[in-house]
Amino acid sequence: MQRLDGNAIAGQLFDVFGVEMTTAAGTCKSCGASAQIAELMVYLRAPGAVARCPACGAVLIVVTERAGTTHATFSGFALRDPSAGDYCR
Amino acid sequence: MARAALPGRLTWQLGRVLELVGETARVKSIMIELPDWQGHRAGQHVDVRLTAEDGYQAQRSYSIASGPEDGGLLLTVERLDDGEVSPFLTDELRAGDEFELRGPIGGYFVWEQRLGGPVLLIAGGSGIVPFRAMLRHRAAVGSTVPFRLLYSSRTWEEVIYRDELLAAPSGDAVDVRFTLTRAWPDDWTGSRGRIDGALLRDVAWPDADQPLTYICGPTGFVEAAAAGLVNNGHAPGRIRTERFGPSGG
Repeated sequence: MQRLDGNAIAGQLFDVFGVEMTTAAGTCKSCGASAQIAELMVYLRAPGAVARCPACGAVLIVVTERAGTTHATFSGFALRDPSAGDYCR
Repeated sequence: MARAALPGRLTWQLGRVLELVGETARVKSIMIELPDWQGHRAGQHVDVRLTAEDGYQAQRSYSIASGPEDGGLLLTVERLDDGEVSPFLTDELRAGDEFELRGPIGGYFVWEQRLGGPVLLIAGGSGIVPFRAMLRHRAAVGSTVPFRLLYSSRTWEEVIYRDELLAAPSGDAVDVRFTLTRAWPDDWTGSRGRIDGALLRDVAWPDADQPLTYICGPTGFVEAAAAGLVNNGHAPGRIRTERFGPSGG
């Protein structure tokens, strides 16, 4: 399956958080690696989009759309500070 | 009634096609009019959504080709034969047609004057699109930040924005280099073959200059170029990447 990066889920995350999120940083709860969301490995064709840790491959974020609403689950990613996201608008 | 986009929300808008321009055999640029467009930053993208008569929806992201100061939204789209969205955009769309988009999106793969440089841009195929926006922004704000662009294409015929890139005035601190990977003109004096460590050493700024590097293209291209730079001693934290793939079609 084609591997992309966190830029590919920028629109969906903006939908959920109301701010630009690709520059927001966090750490992988499995291995402790630090990354900005744009740097995560993203697979779009799972049921929903899956973002994995670029260091260890653990699942960090799952994005799904249900009944027209976007949901993002940050089960494996400890977001350091969402406000560190780049407010661009 | 005028409908203002709510700040902090991404709303789908109907864009109207003003003009279509063929860039190469498989690539078209689409000038779009959007009533609620708030402007964008160089390197950002938009999401495009198409809805079939039966309600099926397909959504893809496309980089913005116009500079923020150009006054308008230009997308450049490469036709992927098995794509769900790009064949419609490149083959079916006509001036006056409307389709849904939302944006601008993204803050990571963006260049602005305050980020400084020197800047190295590395493009594979239609990965050149966000770099057109950055180069036009650089020129529009009168920036003196030195830029180098390394652009990999299969053939000379497939080089997007060829005339515009060739017209970049020398001495303007914008250095444009091409490499062709599949075929080249008889009198070709540029590079031949895929980007490798030797070509990167030749083109890249010395690491001591703390260059800021942007790489955009298909996943394999981006990862090979990034790995080559890191192998040559460049700081991974100064390399920003944006991948696209068949799912971008």
